[in-house]
Amino acid sequence: MRVAPKPVQSFRDDFTYSNSDEAIERFPFPFVEDEYRYSVNIESHTPKGGTDSIYEHFIDIDEHYLSEMAERAIVLEENPRRCLSMGHMALAGWDFLERMMVSLSTDYPQYFSLRRDKDQWHWENTLLDIQQDFVFGDESTLPMSPLDYMGRQVQGDFALLDQRDNDLFMDAGMITCPADWSLAFDAGMSFSEWHGPVPMAHSAGIFDRALKYLTAIPIGSPARRLNWTLTVNARMDTSPEKYPDWGHERTTVTAENVAQKVYLRVELQIMDRMPRSNALLFVIRTYLISLEDIATNPEWAKRMHRAMKTLPQPLIDYKGLTRYHHLVVDYLAQFDR
Amino acid sequence: MSADKIQVKVTRIVDVAPKIKEFTLVGVNRTLPEFSPGSHVMVEMQGQEKTYRNAYSLLNDALDSSEYRIAVRLQDESRGGSVYMHQSVKEGDVLSVTPPMNLFAPLWHAKKHLIFAGGVGITPFMSYIPEFLRQGVNCELHYMFRGLQTGAYQEVLQQELKTTLFIYDADKEQRCDIKEVLKCQPLGTHVYICGPEKLVEGVEQAAIELGIPLSVIHSEAFAAPKPGTPFKVEIKSTGQVVQVGEQDTMLEALETAGLAIPNLCRAGVCGQCSCAVEQGDLDHRDNYLSDSEKSLGAMVMPCVSRANSERIILDI
Ligand code: HEM
Ligand code: FES
Repeated sequence: MRVAPKPVQSFRDDFTYSNSDEAIERFPFPFVEDEYRYSVNIESHTPKGGTDSIYEHFIDIDEHYLSEMAERAIVLEENPRRCLSMGHMALAGWDFLERMMVSLSTDYPQYFSLRRDKDQWHWENTLLDIQQDFVFGDESTLPMSPLDYMGRQVQGDFALLDQRDNDLFMDAGMITCPADWSLAFDAGMSFSEWHGPVPMAHSAGIFDRALKYLTAIPIGSPARRLNWTLTVNARMDTSPEKYPDWGHERTTVTAENVAQKVYLRVELQIMDRMPRSNALLFVIRTYLISLEDIATNPEWAKRMHRAMKTLPQPLIDYKGLTRYHHLVVDYLAQFDR
Repeated sequence: MSADKIQVKVTRIVDVAPKIKEFTLVGVNRTLPEFSPGSHVMVEMQGQEKTYRNAYSLLNDALDSSEYRIAVRLQDESRGGSVYMHQSVKEGDVLSVTPPMNLFAPLWHAKKHLIFAGGVGITPFMSYIPEFLRQGVNCELHYMFRGLQTGAYQEVLQQELKTTLFIYDADKEQRCDIKEVLKCQPLGTHVYICGPEKLVEGVEQAAIELGIPLSVIHSEAFAAPKPGTPFKVEIKSTGQVVQVGEQDTMLEALETAGLAIPNLCRAGVCGQCSCAVEQGDLDHRDNYLSDSEKSLGAMVMPCVSRANSERIILDI
């Protein structure tokens, strides 16, 4: 049985966030080899792993739903510019709302329901106690834009990419839990521009190949990939905008607290073609797990030790691990003897 | 990446020009996917001898996807598909189409849209115009054709565009002075062309002469289905011989024969399925190998690539 959403835990201040045994078991562990290198690790986003796997449905709703939605509300309250949309992306916003409402109500009928009579739609989200009658396509019948409205009800960050001249442009999105990048900064940039800071991958041709794949994604054939980094404390909002709040936390890691303080942060990224607007939807569904919880699985701890130990220096620096990387390797070494 | 095919029924066939027929398609036991202006579908036709696959633009307003309408011009140098559509397909027949793909979407931030259409090249623009009108954005269409063969949809376009429609019938000696048209366009105009190669080149040439950047000039390029001839793959280690049919990928054929090849994207970008080649003339279709690796011919990506020779040997 899928774990039901738990009462709200925090991703800031007192950091009450925790994973249940079930959440640990289904965690998307990203290291498939002893050495981690960038690659075009894209596959078709079709179900795998059976019931309760994070790959069972288009969007994975898990025990952290209420916590993540509460965290998102705080971030948007502080800074509404975490949700942006250029004028020409209005239709893509409706595409997004439709995709989410249809897939959530189909995959989780116990939590969400959607009734449609031509343009007249009725949406219910029992987890957040939301009921809404609205006219599809008419923004004045929703309390806010469709992207903003629906983005607050789905786990994960979202970017909507406009596709033109065989390239993708970051022209809309709701990004409240980024791994150190900013939507406001990247807005309007092309695929290779916003990937500018990433080391090693450009010259390896990874972005050229990835872009060719992405621009050819047809309607109804979503793709996915995993990406990862490390985060100090279970902090969702590691954005450049809030750097003063979290940057210094990297200096607080010690050999004594590394297992509790350092979290593996995995992004399940989903790419899906939006039918009405031809935009590409990019979902970043973030999962956090402490090193301590990883160590409950000896295979993971051993594998992660090897991946961390052999991580190229440019990746260590780019991912912001320079100050505490050695503490992570030392801690994990005990599981690889 | 193979998108699921959709069964559609032909509900209406009408002549819209001497050599162009319009087909209306509805989903068989399902609704059709929504689509965006400029989209096309690949239609699969099961002929007597072979399967034809042709790309056709969707003509209808994208707001209404209850049916798809496509227009097919009977091609002179017969490539089979259009002849089949004109002569063999009847109302009530069932065809299969891919979900809509869009490689020719308008640039929504353009200040003005300037269109050059030649003959059946009007088709991708039929879905642009209703949306431009709704958005209230400037649009000007220059439509060139031979009235004895093509020139479909003039009345509809006239109603929609009124004074911004310009018609040139070559069979009545009417010509479009492309350079004159391009000369007097406001800043922020984007230009779209669909038609014969000559028209595309003509517009591009005029733009170059006028100093207009080619980045505002867009022309339709259908992702032509790449047919493949059948070939055989010999597995060096076991001597097993696997037949790859016209419709299968090499990867699918190897899998069907019980060989497990690691793979991820199945689209020639991830590099997972890479196989060592012992011998054979290869038709590389992937985006993973570099040009020099391709010409060396020591590796092949069986998820998309094929053979030019009748038989290749894989060292797996
Ligand atoms: C349209 C979809 C995508 C979006 C919106 C996106 C966005 C981003 C962003 C904003 C970053 C952070 C860059 C920074 O440091 O400022 C990033 C990093 C990265 N992206 Fe993408 N990306 C997309 C697709 C892909 C794909 C398909 C690949 C496949 C290889 C890829 C590979 C990477 C890699 C390797 C990094 C570095 C991550 C790390 O080491 O933590 N991206 N991406
Ligand atoms: S499976 Fe990715 S290149 Fe063949």
